[in-house]
Amino acid sequence: MPKTLYEKIFDSHIIATRNQSHLLYVDRHFLHEVTSPQAFDGLRLNKRQVRRPDLTIATVDHNIPTTDRSLPMVDKVSSIQINTLENNCKYFGIKLFGMNSPDQGIVHVIGPQLGITLPGTTIVCGDSHTSTHGAFGTLAFGIGTSEVEHVLATQTIWMQKSKSFKITISGKQKPAITAKDIILFIIRSIGTSGGAGTVVEYSGDVVINFSMAQRMTMCNMSIEAGARAGIVAPDQKTFDYLRDKKYIPHNYDALIDYWKSYLYSDPNAKFDKKIDIEISNISPQVSWGTNPSMVSDINSKIPFPEQYSESDHNRLEVENALKYMGLKPGTPINEITIDRVFIGSCTNSRLEDLIEVSKIVKGRKVFPTVKAIIVPGSQLVKKQAETLGLHKIFKDANFEWRESGCSMCLGMNNDFLLPGERCASTSNRNFEGRQGVGGRTHLVSPIMAAAAALKGHLVDVRELM
Amino acid sequence: MKNFKFVRSIITPLDKINVDTDQIVPKQFLKLVTKTGFGKYLFYNWRFNLHGDKKPNFVLNKSLYRNSKILVSRDNFGCGSSREHAVWAIIDYGFEVVIATSFADIFYDNCFQNGLLPIQLNGEIINKLMKFESYVKVNLPQQIIEFGSERVKFVIDVEKKQNLMSGLDNIAFTMKYEDKISEYENISNVPSIL
Repeated sequence: MPKTLYEKIFDSHIIATRNQSHLLYVDRHFLHEVTSPQAFDGLRLNKRQVRRPDLTIATVDHNIPTTDRSLPMVDKVSSIQINTLENNCKYFGIKLFGMNSPDQGIVHVIGPQLGITLPGTTIVCGDSHTSTHGAFGTLAFGIGTSEVEHVLATQTIWMQKSKSFKITISGKQKPAITAKDIILFIIRSIGTSGGAGTVVEYSGDVVINFSMAQRMTMCNMSIEAGARAGIVAPDQKTFDYLRDKKYIPHNYDALIDYWKSYLYSDPNAKFDKKIDIEISNISPQVSWGTNPSMVSDINSKIPFPEQYSESDHNRLEVENALKYMGLKPGTPINEITIDRVFIGSCTNSRLEDLIEVSKIVKGRKVFPTVKAIIVPGSQLVKKQAETLGLHKIFKDANFEWRESGCSMCLGMNNDFLLPGERCASTSNRNFEGRQGVGGRTHLVSPIMAAAAALKGHLVDVRELM
Repeated sequence: MKNFKFVRSIITPLDKINVDTDQIVPKQFLKLVTKTGFGKYLFYNWRFNLHGDKKPNFVLNKSLYRNSKILVSRDNFGCGSSREHAVWAIIDYGFEVVIATSFADIFYDNCFQNGLLPIQLNGEIINKLMKFESYVKVNLPQQIIEFGSERVKFVIDVEKKQNLMSGLDNIAFTMKYEDKISEYENISNVPSIL
């Protein structure tokens, strides 16, 4: 029977089945400091070991400082969490890319960049944006801390099969329209629960033409549409990207042959749900509300709550969102002034993102009232960017150039918004308080964030190109 | 984990859609390395103002609901981050059941790992529940909710139900599959990382 790519990977990892639940083997398990301490505690309490430390890696990313790392940490509570992870990794024999490692970075940036993320594998991590790794034809999804403990102990996880959802993206990708704009447009179209209960396969010419960085941005935000995972069939671009990476297996060529013969949805495979998205005429996208489906074109106006139906609570939600965001219906979006700019996060902090930003920023200055930071996704991204001289362009323009980490995407470290501050951000969530209590987030692409930093308000980046 | 069977309580109506895990337990409280003590941070930014004073209009701050064990909300409850802290906070606060029109996938799975019963019901029933001010009975063995003259059957996966009712240690259960896991590892062609 023809199968989807998701079904192929899922089925090939089934160890046992009970009723609707399948015991799946986990090929790679990624850990970070925030969602792992309670899992390790559980192991110790029950005198259990980590079954496969050789399939497990850890890094610190969520609450580490992005300022000078040679200085002692100011935040003692975060410091405890980081020390706890270091001790746990030492105790259980797990490879840690710690605060001073040249391979440290956001877990979803370093997995691919070190060649640990591989096509056809299953990857789990106690973080919802694990969906990022799906860009490599990987079945990758976020799990809770109890499941982290379960995977540490057994290298397996009980799962029910999700429904399959095919999103075909076609049209001509115009300049300034990035993968971020396209995924925001998709979430705007299908809603924050439009992908609930499904694993999304992204396909079509636009996705085939995407770089690996763009595929990662797209898969990363699958969770924002409620999907457990996003996936793209691997191709030559995937195999070439991974080839020279540090931890790539010795039998890489043999693996490629196998992947080529197997890792695609069969022509007649049945998807539970399908939609087509045409992107030829879309504009740069900006979020104006408090969830990632509250998104509009940059050159449009803040919507009126009356445009939304009353019955399903949407109108009320929009009213509340606009109140929180301090926005009046009918305001042109490109007239909204901003206080802060954040370029970073597992969605948009890769070298390619920074190169595109540098093209906009070069020779210009950040608007005087705006505080703008650029946080590379990993130490390697930072090093590569500096080799290209990008840091000079950023610093000359008055951007702060930071150390790698999750930073102001969730504001667990000292990078956060103050109450009422408004931020153009390349991250993935605009929930109330996400970037700081009372902070107001506008989700945009990296080049749109750069343009906003230069102009002091949200603006169509095409005016600067 | 205790054995879950019956709950009788008034409900706390949280009449919102898309309640995300950043609201359930804001990120500034994710730095604990334990599973307990999160209840005081539940819905923190909705319960307290910037000075730490209670906001009187928020439903959890109304004395009527102080001992409620059943939280009722709407579509897409628990969306966003995978943080299990959200479930720990709900339980630590004193809730044993969350009823909603739909749940986000990871949150839903996390509930069962901690003895919290998530129940999905249609919008019509939720509308009635939101307004119901007396005791609601939840019967997990029979999968029934009773309130007033209503008797509503709910759906739950048989495995998940058994796990809740027996308070089973999932890891010990999976370890019974040791032979099969080893067998799989022997035929798998996925290389070690290092």
